Amino acid sequence: MVSGLINPNPIVYEKKECRVRSVPSNVDEYAVEPIDQLEIFDILSLPNICVDIKDPEHPYSLEELKVITEDAIEVDDKNSYVRVTFTPTVEHCSMATVIGLCLRVKLMRSLPSRYKVDIRVAPGTHATEAAVNKQLNDKERVAAALENPNLVAMVDECLAQSFA
Amino acid sequence: MADPSQLIKHIESYVDSSRSPTQQASSLDAIVSLLKNDAVTIGSLVKEMEMYLTVTDDILRARGILLLGEALNRLSSKPLDNATIHSLITFFTERLADWRALRGALVGCLALLRRKSIGIVTNIDAKAVAKSYLQNLQVQSLAQHDRKLCFELLECLLEHYPEAAASLGEDLIYGICEAIDGEKDPQCLMLTFHIVELLVQLFPDPSGPISSFAGDLFGILGCYFPIHFTHPKAEDIDVQRDDLSRALMLAFSSTPLFEPFAMPLLLEKLSSSLPSAKVDSLKYLSCCTLKFGADRIAKHAGAIWSSLKDAIYSSGEELIPTFNSEPTSNSDFQKNQIAAEALALLEKVIVQNTDLFLSMIIGDEEVNMIFNNITNYESCNAISLQSKQKLHMVGHILNVSAKASLSSCNRVFENFFPRLMEVLVLSVEKTSGACHSNDSCVNSSKISYGSLYLCVELLGACRDLFTTSENLTPQIISPNEKCCCLLQCYSTSLTRIFSSILATCTSGPSYDADMYLGVKGLQILATFPGGYLLMSKSTFDDVLMTFMSIITVDFNKTLLWKHALKALVNIGSFIHGCNESEQASYMDIVVDKIILLALSANNSMPWPLKLTAISSISTSGQKYMLKIVLWLEEMILTNLSEFYVEGHQKSAEIIIQLFECYSNELLPWIQKNEGLEEVLQFVVNIWNQIESCMAFSVRVHEKELIDVTMKFMKLAVACCSVESQNMIIHKAFSVLSSSPSLQLKESLSDISVQRERLAPTQETDKFSTRDEWILSLFASVIIAVRPQTHIPNTRTVLHLFITALLKGYVTAAQALGSLLNKLDLKSNGTSISGHCTLEEAIDIIFSSKSFDNVPLGGHGITNNGDEISFPNLCLGAASNGLQQINVIVGLAWVGKGLLMRGHEKAKNITMVFLKCFLLDSGIGTLPLKQVSENSCKQDVHHSVMKASADAFQILMTDSELCLNRKFHAIIRPLYKQRFYSSLMPILQPLINEADSSFSRSMLYRAFAHVIIDTPLSVVLNDAKKLIPLLLDGLALLCKDILDKDIMYGLLLVLSGILTHKNGKEAAIDNAHIIIKCLIELVEYPHMMLVRETAIQCLVAMSELPHTRIYPLRIQVLGAISKALDDPKRAVRQEAVRCRQAWASIASRSLHF
Repeated sequence: MVSGLINPNPIVYEKKECRVRSVPSNVDEYAVEPIDQLEIFDILSLPNICVDIKDPEHPYSLEELKVITEDAIEVDDKNSYVRVTFTPTVEHCSMATVIGLCLRVKLMRSLPSRYKVDIRVAPGTHATEAAVNKQLNDKERVAAALENPNLVAMVDECLAQSFA
Repeated sequence: MADPSQLIKHIESYVDSSRSPTQQASSLDAIVSLLKNDAVTIGSLVKEMEMYLTVTDDILRARGILLLGEALNRLSSKPLDNATIHSLITFFTERLADWRALRGALVGCLALLRRKSIGIVTNIDAKAVAKSYLQNLQVQSLAQHDRKLCFELLECLLEHYPEAAASLGEDLIYGICEAIDGEKDPQCLMLTFHIVELLVQLFPDPSGPISSFAGDLFGILGCYFPIHFTHPKAEDIDVQRDDLSRALMLAFSSTPLFEPFAMPLLLEKLSSSLPSAKVDSLKYLSCCTLKFGADRIAKHAGAIWSSLKDAIYSSGEELIPTFNSEPTSNSDFQKNQIAAEALALLEKVIVQNTDLFLSMIIGDEEVNMIFNNITNYESCNAISLQSKQKLHMVGHILNVSAKASLSSCNRVFENFFPRLMEVLVLSVEKTSGACHSNDSCVNSSKISYGSLYLCVELLGACRDLFTTSENLTPQIISPNEKCCCLLQCYSTSLTRIFSSILATCTSGPSYDADMYLGVKGLQILATFPGGYLLMSKSTFDDVLMTFMSIITVDFNKTLLWKHALKALVNIGSFIHGCNESEQASYMDIVVDKIILLALSANNSMPWPLKLTAISSISTSGQKYMLKIVLWLEEMILTNLSEFYVEGHQKSAEIIIQLFECYSNELLPWIQKNEGLEEVLQFVVNIWNQIESCMAFSVRVHEKELIDVTMKFMKLAVACCSVESQNMIIHKAFSVLSSSPSLQLKESLSDISVQRERLAPTQETDKFSTRDEWILSLFASVIIAVRPQTHIPNTRTVLHLFITALLKGYVTAAQALGSLLNKLDLKSNGTSISGHCTLEEAIDIIFSSKSFDNVPLGGHGITNNGDEISFPNLCLGAASNGLQQINVIVGLAWVGKGLLMRGHEKAKNITMVFLKCFLLDSGIGTLPLKQVSENSCKQDVHHSVMKASADAFQILMTDSELCLNRKFHAIIRPLYKQRFYSSLMPILQPLINEADSSFSRSMLYRAFAHVIIDTPLSVVLNDAKKLIPLLLDGLALLCKDILDKDIMYGLLLVLSGILTHKNGKEAAIDNAHIIIKCLIELVEYPHMMLVRETAIQCLVAMSELPHTRIYPLRIQVLGAISKALDDPKRAVRQEAVRCRQAWASIASRSLHF
């Protein structure tokens, strides 16, 4: 086990105020509301619910630690593609892969199956950036990780509250 | 005398500690009742108990003494003779030394000392108790409950026997100090604080025994401040922090002798970082200021002032008013509690010692620095937060100090106001003294925010001071006061400064603050009390004019417009109560202009804004309301006649708007306040107008106009009293009967009326426009009257409505329903011609006279001599399908009226509807000659059946239009439940037996209507039976897009069942079919809410026992994964939740 936290005193940012989605006055029953940046962000952070995806190390939500921001999400609903770029709190954060895995699992469970999910570490924010990226986007390795009961338990625990 | 053995048994039972507490309590009750009924005297009780009171066994003795004590406690109102009292109190006094059996002695002493009725402990005995108490009791070493009793005893002694207690002198004080030292229990603390307060009052002499103990006493008290609970939710819920804090505060401020100890402590704690400690210190300081007296406080003046300044400054950020928000009356108070308390304290010390504190404020460096650099504070947004805080601190301090008293107001004005005005008017004064008329002299860009802000604060304080002093004392403030002179001297220039700010400010956040201050300043100027004494008429008029020009011209600047309107309303309600002349100018300038504004068609101002303006202004005072209402009525009446005589389409639009304004905005206000006279008059006027307008030249069918008028008529009539309603109804009826074309068949027999019913009805066979108006408005009146109101010629009215509803006027049907709902059950003795009771009215509708002798030729329907009644018309005796549907709708409203009052005939009506469903099968089997005729008839029958199914909706749903509380309907409690439980046993077999698919679907429709409006708790009882029906209903209804609303209602019932505990049990058996149905609904394309609710239902289903739902898991997950790609966001979000819920029921993770 790790004896202490890697980043014991992270900078905690204020949560951005929840952007209110403007509700169209004349609701068209058949109008399509495409999946957009904000929706993905909501899936990943759900600002209305008090406990978000937890950084496995800290009780703060990923949003409060600015690990994910709304701008770091790219969505293309037509081509069924989403890319999330996250920023680990410190350069050599060993939890980067776990955070990435959590994000991927959450998206896989929340998005239609037609989507291709791409999870990346923001360039220049992690020591082993390339390795982490490779690991996170390798189908086989993700599948293998999810076969590991310890890892799955950890991911489930991280995500448990976010489904409330 | 009661049986002594009985008494002994009770005593033994109480004393025996092996008995249960309930047994002990009941035996105590028995003994007390014996004593109360004089069956046993206290003396004999004591004799019987002798052994227990003196026995050497500690436990037995303790129980025995406690029994006596408790018994005395219960007998507090029973008269006892002095000898008994004396011997008892002597006994208990001695027993105080017996620490092993203390509780009984404490209870007994307390019970005796608290006595108020006959038999009171004498002072000498009380003194003996106190002495024994001080000698024998070691309060600190006792348990919590005993300590509490001790303190109660002490409190009681101090409160009721002050002389006895005082005579003990220093011993008492010393004893109390010893007893209360180190107490920690909140309940006991409440008592100790009070004891200190009482003790200090006992020795009011400042050089008395207290003075030497003050330090010790405060030493004990002081360590509790500030009160801080470490266990906020412990068992002591009954003692709140605030209660304790208040008790301690009273103890702190109980004597000026505490001043040398209390003031330094409080001032020190003021700098605490704990907000609650700060608030407490300020509160305590306020309280102590009042009690300690000016001289003692003056010693600490310097320290108080500097710490107050700090407190106000540090909370200054929260004090900064929010300019850009909507004008609200009171912002979040809790947030700036510290500041509020600090300002309250400042006000108190200033009132107490005006000279000292004001010279401190005036001489203060920071205050002066602000004033010296006031021009630097140019714009609200440009200055730094720190200096902004400083500015607001000064603003609040000046506001409070000016508000404190007249003399302080004078001094503050004298010192600061001219300096501010100098800055503000600088440019004006410089150009020339005569340049008053030229507004451009004031250059708003040079007006600094700081000076403006301080100026408004000062003016506001002055205004508040005058208003309160005018309310409190009759003495009018002399205009010679310094601040009044200054105000008068500057009022004109102030008005111009504020107006020019408003004129130049454009919308945008940078101007918000200036604009807010400008409006506020003007409003303050206009709301100075005392008429034109301080502010001249021209100033007042100028202010109003400025606001009005904003209202009329600047409606694009939303915020400014709202602020201005709010200010006008405030001014209006302020002057409404007091001042004739000011009211006159308000009328002229504001009310008249508002009316003109609403009139002018060429004004580009949007109608909703006009509406807000009119309604806000009119609700600021009754006189304004009256004027506006009168004008509105005049406008409506002229436009009404214009529309119908000359056919101006434009007039119709105006009327619609005006009626909307009247019924939505003004009527509710009028109803709350006085002024219904005018409404009554107006209603009568409308009838007069219609009466006089004999020829309606336009044949245009103006549906919307009629609707709006009817709505107004209903609301207006509904809020009138019974007498007024009688008047209106008479007027309306006379108009109705004067109309020749309506043919009121008063004299005709019922039979001929019935023949009328059979007359062929076509679309063209409608009333003329005028008749339609009269009829609709009359129906509205009938709908809205109170049950007590007398309706003339009920029989005629009934016939009229029946005729109308056959022609398809739904309003007539609603009126008929309302009529039957409110009709008297029995005739009240005097039989008036034309009047009829409820039974008679029902008979007319259900009339069952035979028609054998009436020729029915020409209508194509052979009647077989059948009964021609409403029910039969429904069942196909009518000449065509359209009429049949009209009758069904009519009957539904009648049925609703009867159902709501709980009349049994309602059941007959529902039976008619149910019979309609069975017709289908009959028609289907008839051998018909022509196929086309067959299909045509089939169509007619289908629509008739649909109408009867929808009749159940009319029966069950609450209508906005009629038959509700607003329109005084008689509503029997739980009528929906009754109807549901009487109908379901009939409907259910019908559904099961229905042979044709169409009649079955219609039966489901009726079922859906009923169940949607039945309270959920009733549905839950039958959940098991209902779930299959619900599911079938859903499956049928989802075929037609038009039924989506009914379906949604039904689904909501299902979701209600599924989310309830009882309902879940019912769902277990049907889990399979429920999930199958829900999965289909998840893909329902026509309504998002249906999909969303279906998914929510699935989430609820996931909580059922695993064994039931595990097999269904794959199906559900499959359906949900499709829902993840739903076009609507809300559905997708629910789908994510649902997927998680179902994925986690069996295994911890999903398989991808």
